Amino acid sequence: MNGTASAPSLRVAVSGLSSDAHLWNLVFLQLLLEERGHDVSNLGNVTPDATIIGACRDRRPDLLVISSVNGHGRLDGPRLIRALRASSDLAAMPVVIGGKLGVDDRDHAEVATLLTAAGYDAVFDDAAEGGPDAALARFDDFLGALAALRRPGEGPAAHRETARPVPGPAAHAATRPDPGQVTAFPAPRLAVAAGAA
Amino acid sequence: METDRFTGMVSEARRAGHLVIQARMGFGGLDRMRAGLRAVRDAGPFTAGTITLDSYTRCHDFTAARRTLREHPESLNGFPLIAHGVPAVRAMLEETSSSGFPVQVRHGTPRPLRVFDAMVRAGADATEGGPVSYCLPYSRVPLGQAVREWSAGCELLAAQPVPMHVETFGGCMLGQLCPPSLLVALGVLEAMFFQEHGLTGVSLSYAQQVHPGQDREALAALRRLADERLAGGDHHIVLYTFMGVFPRTVDGSRRLLAESVPLAVQGGADRLIVKTPAEAHRIPTIEENAAAIAFARSVADATDANGGPAPTSTGLYEEARALVDATLELGGSIGGCLIAAFARGILDVPFCPHPDNANRARATIDARSVLSWSDAGGMPVTAVPESGPLTARRLTELLTFNRRRFDRPEREPLGSLS
Repeated sequence: MNGTASAPSLRVAVSGLSSDAHLWNLVFLQLLLEERGHDVSNLGNVTPDATIIGACRDRRPDLLVISSVNGHGRLDGPRLIRALRASSDLAAMPVVIGGKLGVDDRDHAEVATLLTAAGYDAVFDDAAEGGPDAALARFDDFLGALAALRRPGEGPAAHRETARPVPGPAAHAATRPDPGQVTAFPAPRLAVAAGAA
Repeated sequence: METDRFTGMVSEARRAGHLVIQARMGFGGLDRMRAGLRAVRDAGPFTAGTITLDSYTRCHDFTAARRTLREHPESLNGFPLIAHGVPAVRAMLEETSSSGFPVQVRHGTPRPLRVFDAMVRAGADATEGGPVSYCLPYSRVPLGQAVREWSAGCELLAAQPVPMHVETFGGCMLGQLCPPSLLVALGVLEAMFFQEHGLTGVSLSYAQQVHPGQDREALAALRRLADERLAGGDHHIVLYTFMGVFPRTVDGSRRLLAESVPLAVQGGADRLIVKTPAEAHRIPTIEENAAAIAFARSVADATDANGGPAPTSTGLYEEARALVDATLELGGSIGGCLIAAFARGILDVPFCPHPDNANRARATIDARSVLSWSDAGGMPVTAVPESGPLTARRLTELLTFNRRRFDRPEREPLGSLS
């Protein structure tokens, strides 16, 4: 696992998609990324595409992580990435998506192909082989590889403004154990869904 | 003023010594929605009907709701009220609802005017939500805008010959991991907000959390504070079966549901909204909802109203009252007080990243297995800092506390409150 002080930290933006009211997945991802030593902007839930694009223009993250739980990832995800790739200044920004991406567990290979073809750099599907644990491990590997690509002197410039940081854990990143029983990316799924009223 | 059918039915059930039981249910197509309401109605007396709206309608994307209804009605995650049009919905409600089976529309929108207008014209008996509880967790709408539109929405309802019943969703912030004193305070404040805007038939919610004794204390605090602060005596308490990460096993789900029923009966709630064992996996079917209602009814009928676990004594009522008082001290309308209290962090929903929430307060499940504050933020509550930092792993442990407790009860005994 990553999280060692030697890996340069990344500026990472985390966001839900426009129709997804799930929240705990975003809180979880922010904590996880901060434990890995990264500088996180949490763009929140039910985030319109324009808000995500605007935040990426402002903050220039090294990585955008889209977390989707309500089953609309395969519908809303391609729309977002096409808009991002269509703007020349964001066309090369690494963007990944993960979570529960379809309404059923049958067509995960197709979902991954669809989302990659649309422009995502990687897809971490809870429904793929190995389940959420494997998806999280692959995400961690991706993160480590991306951090290693950065030259040491190129760490985050100053401390950029972050949206709503969860206080605390970043300082303890170096002492973090591996995620062990963390059971899902971008888990845990929570029942405060759009349909929870 | 004439009492609405929803309030009337709950009062009648109370007099007869029965709990009103309700499910959450919303389907895209009109025929399936009608069949669902019929099945719940026929599940037995003292059940209330529910129409849960789809997320496109909640987000005011009526075009997407109409398109999906036309092309794939089965893939909608709720009932597209606006897309169906008032006449069709009105006909369905006239056919299915009655004074013995009133129907509530559950929606989840921070901007309720449009759906309230349609509900009024379609003849719905009740709805739910609130300017805080439907804004902070579910939207990016500024709190001030939600307060303005909920004010206008309540006034629209209040102007009707028989204003519909409105239930606050304040007892369920983020579904889990919000200490009960804040849930109680928000419920009372939202109910006061409803009354300030002319509504008389109101109910206050509380969602089952992680410890039966603490839940008993919370329900007692909610009843007492509501009796003290609300005008008239006709409000009631509604308990929600746990709204967080659900057990994976059927047995675990049944145990969780079974624990919520005596909590409602013994805790003085007049109404219970159940969940089904399908909850961890997908949206429940009509049959699963009807079965959950029947199961809850059988448990309720076998429950001794005077039994159950003793309430804890953690000062929950006093803490909730302090939150309410600190909010109302800010002066002006209830809506204005709510906006000001969140702006100053006097009210602060832990972990909620909405821009108008301070997001400084933190909550945990302590060694006694009760929800408690680990960081008070700017709120007048007592917090005990945790020994270590909140990690992703620890967060997962907290969120899955009930899953573990109910899937493997022999392995996860509750802590001691000594």
